[in-house]
Amino acid sequence: MLGKRGIIFKPLAYGSPLLWLGIFFILPLAIMFVYSFSENQGILDIKLTWTWDNYAKLLSLVYLKILLKSLILAFFTTLICLIIGFIVSLYLLSLNKYLKIFLLFLITLPFWTNMLIRTYALIAILRSKGYVNFFLEKIWLSLNSLLVYFQIEPFMGEFVPLEILYTNLAVMIGLVYVYLPFMIFPIFMALDKLNYAYIEASFDLGANYLKTCFFIILPLAKNGIKNGIIITFTPVLGSYLIPDLLGGRDSSMIANLIERQFKGANDWPLGSALSLVLIYLTFLIIFISGLKKNKT
Amino acid sequence: MINFSRLFLTKITFLLTLIFLYFPIVILVLFSFNDSKRNIVWKGFTLKYYFKLINNQDLIEAFLNSIVIAFMSTALSVILAVLCGYSLWKLAKKKMALSSAYEGVLALPIVIPEICLAIGFLVFYQEISWPQGLVWPLNLMSIIIAHVTFSFPFATMIIRSKLNTFNLEIEQGAIDLGATAYQVFKNFILPHLNPAIFTAIFLSITLSLDDFIITFFTSTPGVVTLPVKIYSMVRFSITPEVNAASSIFIFLTLCTAFLGLISYQVYKKNGRPKS
Repeated sequence: MLGKRGIIFKPLAYGSPLLWLGIFFILPLAIMFVYSFSENQGILDIKLTWTWDNYAKLLSLVYLKILLKSLILAFFTTLICLIIGFIVSLYLLSLNKYLKIFLLFLITLPFWTNMLIRTYALIAILRSKGYVNFFLEKIWLSLNSLLVYFQIEPFMGEFVPLEILYTNLAVMIGLVYVYLPFMIFPIFMALDKLNYAYIEASFDLGANYLKTCFFIILPLAKNGIKNGIIITFTPVLGSYLIPDLLGGRDSSMIANLIERQFKGANDWPLGSALSLVLIYLTFLIIFISGLKKNKT
Repeated sequence: MINFSRLFLTKITFLLTLIFLYFPIVILVLFSFNDSKRNIVWKGFTLKYYFKLINNQDLIEAFLNSIVIAFMSTALSVILAVLCGYSLWKLAKKKMALSSAYEGVLALPIVIPEICLAIGFLVFYQEISWPQGLVWPLNLMSIIIAHVTFSFPFATMIIRSKLNTFNLEIEQGAIDLGATAYQVFKNFILPHLNPAIFTAIFLSITLSLDDFIITFFTSTPGVVTLPVKIYSMVRFSITPEVNAASSIFIFLTLCTAFLGLISYQVYKKNGRPKS
């Protein structure tokens, strides 16, 4: 009864994805794990000695500082994204169906263009001869001429361009710029599923917009917000391109530190240990959020 | 009438967000047509930077590489995704715990930071001493493999959720009439999956085209893709030429996204199995 292709079909269907995951996903991670307990011997030789040195090195102040800084940057980026994402989702909430879908599409469209290109686009905006400073200078000059017009002594002096590019601020702007759609989408989904009758009931019972927002919408959209936080926070924590292109000398994040071990410093064991720590951190975040879900 | 979109705060935030998201990209594209080296003032319309690109041999090569990688990795990743989605679906019916454990492993390439996956591949290729300096399409293999690893779990999620809507009575009927598992798969499940496969294809293409970090770490010496090329251009200098290359790239990815959306909609309208 079974055709020849029928016999090999099932093992093929079950086996090939597992085989692929085993060879091209688990094995690389396993090698990385082994590397993190190895030592550099000479320039290219790496020998497994089951040393904890690489992890001990991570406890030194230099690395801890970068680790902490990455966490802080990721925290504030997520917070800003959360605030903007929530307000934007609120705006979309009571629009009619077609306008809602269209505007959501408009918001998430930039997400489909390359991250590198979006980061590059920000450079032209933020640099000292970029648009932010261009507009600021315009405002400055017109304010100055206004002062002259009213014959008040122009006390403002020359315009000094703001140095935004190559600072931590630029990194933060870049992170929010790139990862905002990650936050908007899940929150929008949560608010969209929400029963509008609850909101109407809240208004009927005398609550205003602010109260409805905090006591009705926020608790009901809790899970969507949590998902949004996870899928924003974790990639932000591991982002490489944005601090690399927009940041200055002291705005390195974990990913940049990892890259440096492989392309510059040539300390592969340390880089592997760092990568694993980043993976553990990611798991920890997901684990903590999963714990809370089980409790409720 | 309760209307959150009428509040000043939500209105202004939404507007500013749109401006914030679009202004840099619009400026980028606009100034690829600007007839001036200095990027900020509009000096008149020109296409000369696009002509410069056409004569740039390295860039054409990078572009071609990106396309080949995108198509090859998509083909592999969608085939794997269909098989994987199918086996997950089958497993879920028999052994729930095993299937959810499998799904957990499958989510890992999505969850772990891209840089870690990239480093994993770097040490992997080093350790197995992956051959370097192969002839043209073969030297892209290292990148293609890495792209499949991160794109097929995404594709699998799409396939898997589509399988939930498959009518199990059809399968049972076919088996009762003597069909093999392969025949059921080929004649009933695959046609049912068609729209999901379309979506998975376009998602995989976009993911592959967009990737920079994993390509950056897994390419063998001398292999350059378009994002990697643009990256080195950006590091070197900021010129309208980079803007032109970026604009072409934006156009390309938006086209794939649109095509995916349209083909999906068309299929949903015409090709939905009659019930």
